[in-house]
Amino acid sequence: MKRNDKTPLMRVQGISVRLGGREILKSVSLDLYEGEMKVLIGPSGGGKSTLLQCMNYLILPDRGEIELEGRNVDPHNARELCSFRQQVGMIFQDFNLFDHLTAVENVGIALRKVRGMGRTEARDRAMAELERVGLGDKARLYPAELSGGQKQRVSIARALAMDPKVMLLDEPTSALDPELVSEVLTVIRGLAQNGMTMVMATHQMGFTRSLADEVLFMQEGQIIEQGSPKDLLADGSGTRTLDFCSQILDVEGCTP
Amino acid sequence: METLNVLLEALPYVLQGGAVTVFAVVGAMFLGLAVGVPLAVAQVYGNAPLRFLSGLYVWFFRGVPILVLLFLFYFGLFNLIGLNLNAVGAATIVLGMTSGAYQSQIFRGSILSLSKGQLKAARALGMSDGLAIRSIILPQALRLSIPGWSNEYSIILKDSALAFVLGASEIMARTHFVASRTYKHLPMYLTAAVLYFLLTWAGVAALRALEKRVRIKGYVQ
Ligand SMILES: Nc1ncnc2c1ncn2[C@@H]1O[C@H](COP(=O)(O)OP(=O)(O)O)[C@@H](O)[C@H]1O
Ligand SMILES: [Mg+2]
Repeated sequence: MKRNDKTPLMRVQGISVRLGGREILKSVSLDLYEGEMKVLIGPSGGGKSTLLQCMNYLILPDRGEIELEGRNVDPHNARELCSFRQQVGMIFQDFNLFDHLTAVENVGIALRKVRGMGRTEARDRAMAELERVGLGDKARLYPAELSGGQKQRVSIARALAMDPKVMLLDEPTSALDPELVSEVLTVIRGLAQNGMTMVMATHQMGFTRSLADEVLFMQEGQIIEQGSPKDLLADGSGTRTLDFCSQILDVEGCTP
Repeated sequence: METLNVLLEALPYVLQGGAVTVFAVVGAMFLGLAVGVPLAVAQVYGNAPLRFLSGLYVWFFRGVPILVLLFLFYFGLFNLIGLNLNAVGAATIVLGMTSGAYQSQIFRGSILSLSKGQLKAARALGMSDGLAIRSIILPQALRLSIPGWSNEYSIILKDSALAFVLGASEIMARTHFVASRTYKHLPMYLTAAVLYFLLTWAGVAALRALEKRVRIKGYVQ
């Protein structure tokens, strides 16, 4: 375990969200330590996406606070908000690449316009990031010319180019054809092994077992179980997590 | 024969009117763009007062006939504020402000047709909303607006004939002048019709070429 008595890299405290008159998140808290990989699991509609989007203030929670490296982030201060978001990378289920830009421009645009890098410097950095996810040869293609797996790898490169301290990944392989899942998981595995701090919503159980430091089981806006994958997913542990996972494995017929 | 002579003699004069028409229409298109983009952004992303004000603008210019607007501005408002414009300038501004209302609705539709994820992804990279709108949303929305823009062009072109009533010496005014002097009504107004038709065709072709030029590979909505 990487956990110790250091301060957490990111601390989420008592986040509550109401949307459309319903309580979507009910005072969710978590501490994220440097180099740690947490996996969010749970039934659809349980609040995983909402929690991840709160964690970089894409959704403003009604209550609760976020600290990054021990400092409280004020989401109502535009400067602070933009600088915070640069430090927290986000990967979406449906990629959200900028459709009018080539792969290399997708990765480079925030470097230029947010970081203020020059054109050449930004392009070189963008190329390096694309090569890191194995897409150096696709740099000049537009999103519509890429496969789903390639799009997701470009979006990972785009996030990494900002040198984030934390990466949030919202079911990064759920929108992919089965044969494209592994190329994306390979990239994410590489990140984890290089010590990137991550929170990832996923139903990839094999991946979770081998890489997660902690599994958080979310249901109805709350984390109802948490622990190491070994404990939560052990045969006969009788946890909700195990129960849920055996259901999805039955349905999807994949091997854990 | 006599008709042909009148036509040939009048043609250069009427064609100069064509230049005036083109000036007014192109000017109005760009003024409409300059007005329409901020209006559309205000309507989609603005706070309540901004949305209200831009809605009011659109409602006003869509609800009042151009003829009324031309008189209202040329003889009324421009005089009142001491703006000394000739008829062509006044017509260009009125056509442009009206077009801004219609163009804003084209852009608004294009912006709303983009996936919400585009803005989310831009914000997640640390872009401010202003930057995200300028560098991510508008480049896509404007591309999608070109077909609507082409339609708007043909409408402004035809509306521009109304500038005649202010005394702007555009196609219609010059045609009318010659026709009423020579009594060659049918050939003269046919000439005007053909000129408008050709200008519509040329503008639409130019915009189609622009659309092709800025097209992004594989981009479908
Ligand atoms: N903008 C919204 N307005 C109202 N309800 C929402 C909104 N966004 C999400 N929800 C609801 O919040 C709940 C949690 O959604 P989500 O965070 O997407 O869950 P998950 O990612 O675990 O599937 C769902 O019931 C969903 O319908
Ligand atoms: Mg989700």
